[in-house]
Amino acid sequence: PGWVPASLERAAALTAAAMAAGLALRGVVAARRRGGLWGRLPPLPAAPRRPAAHFAFQPDPAPSAYGQTQKMNLFQSITSALDNALAKDPTAVIFGEDVAFGGVFRCTVGLRDKYGKDRVFNTPLCEQGIVGFGIGVAVAGATAIAEIQFADYIFPAFDQIVNEAAKYRYRSGDLFNCGNLTIRAPWGCVGHGALYHSQSPEAFFAHCPGIKIVIPRSPVQAKGLLLSCIEDKNPCIFFEPKILYRAAVEQVPVEPYNIPLSQAEVLQTGSDVTLVAWGTQVHVIKEVATMAQEKLGVSCEVIDLRTILPWDTETVCKSVVKTGRLLISHEAPLTGGFASEISSTVQEECFLNLEAPISRVCGYDTPFPHIFEPFYIPDKWKCYDALRKMINY
Amino acid sequence: MRKMLLAALSRVLQGPAATAAAAGRTASRVMVASRNYTDFANEATFEIKKCDLHRLEEGPSTTAVLTREEGLHYYKTMQTIRRMELKSDQLYKQKIIRGFCHLYDGQEACCVGLEVAIKPTDHVITAYRVHGFAYARGVPVRTILAELTGRKGGCAKGKGGSMHMYTKNFYGGNGIVGAQVPLGAGIALACKYFGKNEVCLTLYGDGAANQGQIFETYNMAALWKLPCVFICENNRYGMGTSVERAAASTDYYKRGDFIPGLRVDGMDVLSVREATKFATEYCRAGKGPILMELQTYRYHGHSMSDPGISYRTREEIQEVRSKSDPITLLKDRMINNNLASIEELKEIDVGSSTDISACCPQAAPQAPLGLVAHLGAL
Repeated sequence: PGWVPASLERAAALTAAAMAAGLALRGVVAARRRGGLWGRLPPLPAAPRRPAAHFAFQPDPAPSAYGQTQKMNLFQSITSALDNALAKDPTAVIFGEDVAFGGVFRCTVGLRDKYGKDRVFNTPLCEQGIVGFGIGVAVAGATAIAEIQFADYIFPAFDQIVNEAAKYRYRSGDLFNCGNLTIRAPWGCVGHGALYHSQSPEAFFAHCPGIKIVIPRSPVQAKGLLLSCIEDKNPCIFFEPKILYRAAVEQVPVEPYNIPLSQAEVLQTGSDVTLVAWGTQVHVIKEVATMAQEKLGVSCEVIDLRTILPWDTETVCKSVVKTGRLLISHEAPLTGGFASEISSTVQEECFLNLEAPISRVCGYDTPFPHIFEPFYIPDKWKCYDALRKMINY
Repeated sequence: MRKMLLAALSRVLQGPAATAAAAGRTASRVMVASRNYTDFANEATFEIKKCDLHRLEEGPSTTAVLTREEGLHYYKTMQTIRRMELKSDQLYKQKIIRGFCHLYDGQEACCVGLEVAIKPTDHVITAYRVHGFAYARGVPVRTILAELTGRKGGCAKGKGGSMHMYTKNFYGGNGIVGAQVPLGAGIALACKYFGKNEVCLTLYGDGAANQGQIFETYNMAALWKLPCVFICENNRYGMGTSVERAAASTDYYKRGDFIPGLRVDGMDVLSVREATKFATEYCRAGKGPILMELQTYRYHGHSMSDPGISYRTREEIQEVRSKSDPITLLKDRMINNNLASIEELKEIDVGSSTDISACCPQAAPQAPLGLVAHLGAL
């Protein structure tokens, strides 16, 4: 009862000392915040509040049709898809800047060790060279999976994609083609990317017949769609929403599986408004649909377009025929963004069914800003506001 | 308290002559000797490393004369850049600077050596590791920090951030590497066209050296004899890729093929200065473009998101810091040749730290540029 072992006593003393130090430190920090210790040192700047992400990732239920699943985030599901592709197809190679050590977003971790340095290798800093080289690899019969480090850097390769890859089959009368080529690139806003790490360039490529453009919203979607792109007989560009690389976690099948291209997915059926988006924005409009139901009693049909080119006009038009109202949302700037294409086609096909003008909620027509990103992106409030206007039209 | 003590000490050392200056402590500090002028040498001559040459009969001089005044100026500029970069590191970790931040510490001798060899009317363009260049070209520290934190007092009104800083005759600040090189040649063409005997320094890194548009630019510049000095800042790593793994030829000074080139020790501000003088003279004489490779090193990783040790060892970084640090090199030279005293240089150290810290609270409370202005008027 009265006797305390020496070690315990020492521990208690140490704890007391630590607590005292901690309190003292808190006092110091507080004093500095207030206006300086001894009135001499400049006060610590108040820690800035980090704005919350503009979306909340909503995972889909684990698919049961493809066997055993494992918890994976987006970049892990990409690694899994690439792993499956390299295992199944002995001619498949992965190349790009920094892919050997695993990639700046960790999408290719472990693949070089598993498949060897002649199948997973780095290229120098040369996007035009990477894609041109990839076209050559594909034409010669191997499966080429090229990585462009950020979609913002894809423009030096624009000529190769648009003038070479997209037109190869056509101009050679099907003698040659580079269908074995898939280009992957991180895409979209990430919270702090500024001008050159946030762009969504799908609209530039949508204007080019001969290629396919695919954008997944989640890990399960990403793996299935990427495998379909790799196996597709046309050159494909696969944009990966970089903000979801870690934020999106789902149960993803371990075995390979395919999700068909050019098929949009209706995530939620509704009767009053059709909402269309792709990539990260799908999660924004899902939330908008919930808000609309709760606050306005409006029932929304939510569609993930998935493939931008060639896009699933049937699903979207069928939906608009039913609801009469369409809202399309994307991060890319408004003018010439892909929403304009959807809008144009839908008004051609469903003119008499429309109850209100088609609404596009997009980024502003400026370069992607360094600051004010939360104001730039088409968040749920802007979408909700546009939806309300459509309902009240 | 510490500030008070140091202030008192320096006042004592400076003597009565400097009290007036000390009383009004502003960012423009007047450097006054702590000893009499006659105690110091006016100038000293140093041996500098001979440059490797490509298609050149003669290279820059292997000796450089450094006056006391020049030495102090170079020292202060390099130290300010070093402290500013370390402060930016701190601010980034406090999340006051956000987005991307590429730091220049270790490479100070390059931007300072280049700047002192050219005139303010000459032109400079580089990629994204620009804080040092912005300062050397005349952007005050406060403005740089304001730009980093996205405030309207920044040199690009806060719209550009770390990678996009601009000022008169300094064209940035470019995110897509290699894209600035044809621009540099265009600026050189304008120089030639206007006939004002100006040159354009066009910089890029070892990673970007493999971009196609650089070779297109070499061709155009040589064909039209443009007064363009191509400068490859080779800091051995393109992000995380060492030069050996990225380039078939790491002799970047030879990559211009038909363009003469020289390889320079980029950690020695005098070597950079002499080489740049040589190169600009060449261009101004109308002989066409020339290529300089500056062999340098960065202590930080590629950006603040890169710890910088997964592709190189801490030992390597330490070795460069201890053997080739540009500021230490200059300091040793000046002290060993009686161009300055240790106390004097220490005072510069302390002074630049204080000045930069003083800029921080000012950088913070400034308002960010108004949203309407941001999105409306471009």
